[in-house]
Amino acid sequence: MSTNQHGASGPAQYQKSNCFLVLSQVVLKIIKHYQEEGQGSEVVQGVLLGLVVDDRLEITNCFPFPQHTEDDADFDEVQYQMEMMRSLRHVNIDHLHVGWYQSTLYGSFVSRALLDSQFSYQHAIEESVVLIYDPIKTSQGSLSLKAYRLTPKLMEICKEKDFTPEGLKKANIGFEHMFEEVPIVIKNSHLINVLMWELEDKSTVSDKHELLNLSSSNHLEKSLQLLMDRVDDMSQEIVKYNTYSRNLSKQQQQKHQYLQRRQQENAQRQTRGEASLPEEDITKMFKPPQPPPRMDTLLIAGQINNYCQNVKEFTSQNLGKLFMAEALQGHN
Amino acid sequence: MVFVFTFYDLTLTERIFSSSALFKSKSFFDWRAHKNVQVGVKWLLWVCSRCSASFRQMAALARRGASLQPLSNMSVYGPVVKIHPVVLASISDSYERRNEGASRVIGTILGTIDKHSIEVTNCFSVPHNESEDEVAVDMEFAKNMYELHKRVSPTEVIVGWYATGFDITEHSVLIHEYYSREATNPIHLTVDTALQSGKMNIRAYVSAQMGVPGKTVGVMFTPLSVKYVYYDTERIGVDLLQRIRLATNRTKGLTSDLSQVGGAAARVQDMLATVLAYIEDVLSGKVTADNSVGRFLMDLVNKVPTISAEDFENMLNSNINDLLMVTYLSNLTQAQIALNEKLLLL
Repeated sequence: MSTNQHGASGPAQYQKSNCFLVLSQVVLKIIKHYQEEGQGSEVVQGVLLGLVVDDRLEITNCFPFPQHTEDDADFDEVQYQMEMMRSLRHVNIDHLHVGWYQSTLYGSFVSRALLDSQFSYQHAIEESVVLIYDPIKTSQGSLSLKAYRLTPKLMEICKEKDFTPEGLKKANIGFEHMFEEVPIVIKNSHLINVLMWELEDKSTVSDKHELLNLSSSNHLEKSLQLLMDRVDDMSQEIVKYNTYSRNLSKQQQQKHQYLQRRQQENAQRQTRGEASLPEEDITKMFKPPQPPPRMDTLLIAGQINNYCQNVKEFTSQNLGKLFMAEALQGHN
Repeated sequence: MVFVFTFYDLTLTERIFSSSALFKSKSFFDWRAHKNVQVGVKWLLWVCSRCSASFRQMAALARRGASLQPLSNMSVYGPVVKIHPVVLASISDSYERRNEGASRVIGTILGTIDKHSIEVTNCFSVPHNESEDEVAVDMEFAKNMYELHKRVSPTEVIVGWYATGFDITEHSVLIHEYYSREATNPIHLTVDTALQSGKMNIRAYVSAQMGVPGKTVGVMFTPLSVKYVYYDTERIGVDLLQRIRLATNRTKGLTSDLSQVGGAAARVQDMLATVLAYIEDVLSGKVTADNSVGRFLMDLVNKVPTISAEDFENMLNSNINDLLMVTYLSNLTQAQIALNEKLLLL
C-alpha cells in the first residue's frame, strides 16, 4: 500500500506533495452536498479519498458526513466511515483516506475545532489536507476551493500541547506560519470531457455571469462585520495577557520584598542569638498566576489575516469591474 | 482588458438610435444595485448565439417564456426526468473503474419525486456479475449503501437505477423488477459511455406492461424526456469544468481573483467580436438582416445606462473610495496583528 512506502521515508516526504490534483466529480459532489444540506449556518463536512501518485496528491472521490443532529454522533461517525469505505472498496473506488473537506462562510474557518481535526488527520496520515469550500464566493462567480495543511512547526506544538507564551516563543511561530496553502489543479478525465460536450450541447445557454456583477456592498458589509468581531476578540485576549504580565511582575516584586524581610529578620535574630526562622517554601505562598494559553490568540490572528486577505481580493476584483464599467460608458 | 464600445460607429445602429426615444431619456438608478452589466451580457450571449451558425440550435433553446422543449425526439410520456451533472460524473467515474471483464456498470439512483418530475440528485454503483444466461446483483450491498446515504440526506429516496451501455438487455428486465420492489415505478437510466453512436446518449425509461392480459405479458421500456438542471453554484462548477475541457492538458489551476475578472472580460470581448463580425456581414450585404437580432441588439445597446458624465464620475469615485478605504483598513489590521506578534516574541 502506498501509505506504508511513504510512511517509511518519514518527514522528507512532507515537502514532496506540492501540488494537488482534484478530479471533477469531487468538485461537483462537494458543491451538491453544501447546496442540499448546508442551508443553515452549519458547516458541512466530508471525507476525501484518493491516492498519492509520484509527488502529487490526487483526490478521486469523496463522501459526505451526516450532520451532528443526534447525541450519539461519535459512535455513528466512525462506524459510518468504516462502512462507507468498505463498500466503496467493493466498487473499486480508492478507499484511501487522504483528507477531509469543510464548507465555510465568508472565510471563517480558522478555529480550534478545525485545528484539532486537522492535527489528528495529519498525525495519522502525513499527506492529509483540508479542502475549504466557500459557497458564498462561488455563487459570486468563481469556484472557491482551497487546500490547507498544518505546517510542521505547528504540528510539533500541537503534539506537545504546550500553548504557553514561552513555548510559542521557543517555536518562533507566527500566525502566517500556521497553515500552508497547497495549490489545487482540477482535472477532467476523458470520459468527463465527453460528458461536458454532451451537456453543453443539450443544456441551455449559460446565463450566469455573476462574476461581472457590480453590486457588492452586501458581501463587503458582512465580511467587515466578521472582521470587527474578531478584532474585538483579539483585543480581549490582549487585555488578558496584559493583566497576566502585570500580575506576574507584581508578584515578583512581592516575592522579592518577602525574601528581603526574611533575611533582615534572620540577621536580627542571629544578633540576638535566637534560632533563625525556617526558610519557608515561597512558591507555596506566592502561587504564580496562570499564563493564559496563547493558542487562541494565534488562531484569532490567523483568522483576522484570512479575512483581510479575502477583503483585499474582493476589493481588487470590484475595482477592476468598476473600471470596466467606466470604459463601457465611453469617454463621453 | 479595456474594450471600447464601437457600436456607436455603425450606421445601422445610428439609424436605430436616432429614432429611438429611449436613447434620449436619462434615467437615474442606483449604481450599487443594478445588474445591467450582467443582464447586458446575457442579451449579448443571446445575440451571439443567433449570429453564429453553429449555435442556432442553442439559441432556439434559449428563448425565454416557454418551458424548454423536450430534447429527445421521442414521445413524451410520464414524468420529466431532471438530472444533475454530479450524477453523470459519478456514473462516468464508476464506469472507468469497472472490474476487468465487466462490460457495463449498474447502480442505484437517488433523488426526489415530484408530481410531474423526478429529480435525480445522487447515485452509487452496485457490484454485479453478468454472464450469458444469468445476472447476479449484490442486493445487500445496495440496501446498505442506501442506508448510509440516507443518514446524510434523509430526503433522498431510491428513484430507479442506471446502467452504462446503449441497449436494454433481457437482464435489465430482471434488474428492473428488483428495483420495482424498492421504489414505486422506478426509472431506468442509460448512459452510453461506450459512445456507440459517437455521442454519449443519456436516456431514461420507465417500464410499462404490454401484451395480452392473462396470457403472455411482457414489459416495455418507454422513454422519458431528460432535462439537465443545475443549482447556481453547480452551474458555476460546471462552467469551470467546461473551461477545463478546452484547456490543453485537461487540467487547470484556480486562479487569483483579479485574473478571473480578466478572464470573464476576455470572454465578453470574444462574444462582442462575434457579434461585430455578424453586423459587418449584414452591412456589407453578405447576410440578410434578421429583425429579431436587430431588436436584441437594440436592447443590448440600450442596456448601457445613459447618465451624465458628472453623475457617473461621482458614483464611480464614491465607490472607488469605499473600496480603497476598506483595503486600507484591512492592510492596517494586518500590520497591527503582525506587530502584536513581534512584540510578544521580544
